[in-house]
Amino acid sequence: MSAPKSLFDERSRISPSDMMSRGEAQAFLERVVKLSRADTIGAHLGGGYNGNIRFAANRITTSGGVSNSQLVVQSGYGPKHAVVTTGDFTPEGIERAVRQSEAIAKLAPDDPESMPLLPPQQYNDVNAYFESTANLRPADRATAAHTAIDAAKSAGDLAAAGFLIAGSGYNAIASNTGMYAYFPATTANYQLTVRTNDGTGSGWAAADHPDWTQIDFKAVSDRAIQKARASRNPVAVEPGRYTVILEPQAVADLVQLLAFSLDARSADEGRSAFSRQGGGTKIGEKIVDSKVTLFSDPTDPQLLGQPWNGEGLPLNREVWIENGVLKQLAYSRFWAQKKNTRPNNGGLGAVKLMGGDATTDDMIASVPRGILVTRLWYLREVDPRTVLYTGLTRDGTFLIENGKVTKAVKNLRFNESPLFMLNNLELIGRAVRVAGTEAGGNVVFPTLKVKDFNFTSLSDAV
Amino acid sequence: MTNRRDFLKAGAAAGAMALAAPALIRADAYAQRIDPSRELPAMDPATKELLVEALNAARMGGASFADARIGRYRNNFVITREKQIVNVVDTDTLGVGVRVLVNGTWGFGATRDLSKAGVVAATKEALAIAKANALPVADRVHLAAAPPTPDGRYVTPHRIDPFTVPIEEKADLLIRANTEAMKVNGVKFVNSNMFFVKEEKNYANTEGTFTTQTVIRSWLPFAATAVKPDFSDFQTRTNVIQPMARGYEYLTESKPVENAQRWGEEAAAKLAAKPVEVGRYDLVLHPSHLWLTIHESIAHPTELDRAMGYEANYAGTSFLAPPREKLGKFRYGPKFMNIQGDREQEGGCSTIGWDDDGVKPDKFLIIKEGIVNDYQTTREQAPMLDWWYDSQKRPVRSHGCCHSDSWNDVAFQRMPNVSLLPGDKDLSYDDLIAATDKGIAIIGDGSFSIDQQRYNAQFGGQLFYEIKSGKIVGQLKDVAYQMRTPDFWNAMDMIGGKKSYEMGASFFDGKGQPGQVNAVSHGCVPSRFRNINVINTGRKA
Repeated sequence: MSAPKSLFDERSRISPSDMMSRGEAQAFLERVVKLSRADTIGAHLGGGYNGNIRFAANRITTSGGVSNSQLVVQSGYGPKHAVVTTGDFTPEGIERAVRQSEAIAKLAPDDPESMPLLPPQQYNDVNAYFESTANLRPADRATAAHTAIDAAKSAGDLAAAGFLIAGSGYNAIASNTGMYAYFPATTANYQLTVRTNDGTGSGWAAADHPDWTQIDFKAVSDRAIQKARASRNPVAVEPGRYTVILEPQAVADLVQLLAFSLDARSADEGRSAFSRQGGGTKIGEKIVDSKVTLFSDPTDPQLLGQPWNGEGLPLNREVWIENGVLKQLAYSRFWAQKKNTRPNNGGLGAVKLMGGDATTDDMIASVPRGILVTRLWYLREVDPRTVLYTGLTRDGTFLIENGKVTKAVKNLRFNESPLFMLNNLELIGRAVRVAGTEAGGNVVFPTLKVKDFNFTSLSDAV
Repeated sequence: MTNRRDFLKAGAAAGAMALAAPALIRADAYAQRIDPSRELPAMDPATKELLVEALNAARMGGASFADARIGRYRNNFVITREKQIVNVVDTDTLGVGVRVLVNGTWGFGATRDLSKAGVVAATKEALAIAKANALPVADRVHLAAAPPTPDGRYVTPHRIDPFTVPIEEKADLLIRANTEAMKVNGVKFVNSNMFFVKEEKNYANTEGTFTTQTVIRSWLPFAATAVKPDFSDFQTRTNVIQPMARGYEYLTESKPVENAQRWGEEAAAKLAAKPVEVGRYDLVLHPSHLWLTIHESIAHPTELDRAMGYEANYAGTSFLAPPREKLGKFRYGPKFMNIQGDREQEGGCSTIGWDDDGVKPDKFLIIKEGIVNDYQTTREQAPMLDWWYDSQKRPVRSHGCCHSDSWNDVAFQRMPNVSLLPGDKDLSYDDLIAATDKGIAIIGDGSFSIDQQRYNAQFGGQLFYEIKSGKIVGQLKDVAYQMRTPDFWNAMDMIGGKKSYEMGASFFDGKGQPGQVNAVSHGCVPSRFRNINVINTGRKA
């Protein structure tokens, strides 16, 4: 891909050299690679500009613009290697980083698992760079923030708090084995919390897309306000097992965490939920409901992920779970070689759970008594043997009675595993790109109806 | 909150950048030992000139207040597993961040370009943002007064700068420790790292403050995993050495090689431990565990920005709000409960000379005799509590809790060391166990989660021991306790004395948008809590 014209537009950037075109990054990395005196050198270059605006209590608080770049150099002598990073791009600074990585590598103990650098590769073409985002000015971000601030202020009984960050950047990688990859991308992420001034209601909504024009600020604002008002004066329900309708953000909050457990080596070593009792892994076993298909694919138009991993390995469509069956786990290059399979790790930052055709209204109508969940919060692993996580509902939790949302309920703590939950799956809605998972990344998840979701205590938090 | 995303970022060592001066490994490493008695170094004149350049550009551009920070932030990681090295990583980032206040509105710009033109460009970015975001008069920021410090110098007390220790020596210590743990029957895997931080921070503001500080922190994460031969269970013992703001000597003094076999045995013993029966128990919490409960359920809810709604969109607000209804009134715990904020305890990860507002922090009681007495503040926030300080005949001043995790992030309120002070009686952890009839003793921090107002929390741990009639009678597993913050702290009925005081810490307290991490320490004594709800987390379906 040729460099977009805005890469050379200095208007919005503190330091325009932090955004390099494909050719500039390649020339830069070639100079780095040529400096090497080691057996091997791999170099990664990344840079860009991000502008952000933050607001709370209906006023803009801290906001900034940051321009930055870094060069990461890995030098190797046989099985010895070391990594050094620098942001000093003067000829002396670059040479210093190369020499330092060589000096440390020489002194490092042998790594018996070190792998040779990759030869040149073929990559998928993914366009995640949008001029609309790259050309933003501080005033554009302020105008967007005021969509929510002004609506909350004029309502009189609401307080808006939010964060908008947008920018452009690139990653490039090269080695003395002739590999080169370059990926420019823009990002725009907006998250909004609206609270009622009586302190009893809180609503959240968000949007994320590399193309700024795809973010509907008014829609986000309307949704957060609606949730805030509807969630006022919540009532207590008894903790226990409930049928739940989890909105896409809530599904992503929990199911994305499976990615941390998909490592093949841990499974082979007997320390993973995907280890099989008696030895080996659960690959090929049905592990969740047959409606579940979970995959990574940088070329999916909803995901638009970087099409190569940190070692320059091409990332393609990787189906982790298909029709409920564990199809594969994530193999590093070393472990793949050891297990005589293909390396495929590094793509889990872009993950999608295949959607279905149930509408949220249909799902609600099908529930005699249950709970509608907007999002989850503070998820932490409790038991790696079952991928059991704890966490809480937040910013819009509602009781469903006889097919209708009837009232707001207090937030609840759960202890639940995405594996247990996906076994109790009843209905799947349309998959959408979500904006607020703690782990970040490009994530697309649907609304789910799930039975027997395990809530263990009540929270007074609003 | 301790943040997963930032842990991954730093753990992958891909989050940081830049290099300004040679940092080559030296053969004469030990010649680099800092003599604590010598005079601390002054700010580099070229750095000072750039800071002044930024401040002048800010003033020229209409700023009523500005500050600039030029910082070099370095990490060193040595990563091992079992008997081998995994990687060695040095990260280094250097740049400038400029913060301006124009008509009471903040703007921030940052760049790694440390030419005069680069510094001015970052200042102009900050000015443009402040002007684009202009606040209505009623919403404008007012800063509490802070006396200027014309030449502030601070260096973390340490004997050995970790960045001068040869890589072979670090790797050797880790692999020897791993080898000891692997000798234990059932222990199949050991992951251990060294993680060092060195921050060289230069700060200046338009009121005449210039400070130069070097902060050093050291940590040795270690995890031994025991696996049953039939793959029916695996258990890990981790979080054995707490991070501290000390030099390399702290890690050797922690004796990882000498202790590793015990840590391995503790992992293997968990395989044979009895699953806990759900119910209510008296909990005796060791400082290696309790620090994290303090962090989540006391340190976070007493951040003033949370109480005022400034963190509503991410980390959350606080049940301890509004301050007018809580200060001097709200009973957090029993009369012997005193919680102190400070940034001066030796070894504390939050300990510094001056904060990122240019303020010399003070020591303050957040909870005094069980009652809420104060919040953590910055210069922007202290005036929000002027009514309270006036009523207490105390000055309206910042407690020095302003912090940024790098040159490229804006400074905001972060926690100081927040600690539970020892009780009057000379009690130990063992004394608390001996006084307990039916309970569980917990050592080490494990799983943790708390809601966005800090009411409902759930904590696991590393090692769980059943107490019957004042004695440990066996080891338990799958233990977690659920609690409601005010109920929990009011259920505390015994605490240890001075000799039992220890600090626990994290390098990764996450807060703010864009997300920033902060290293925090919490000192505490072993404490007992009555009648706490314990669940069993060992679900099968």
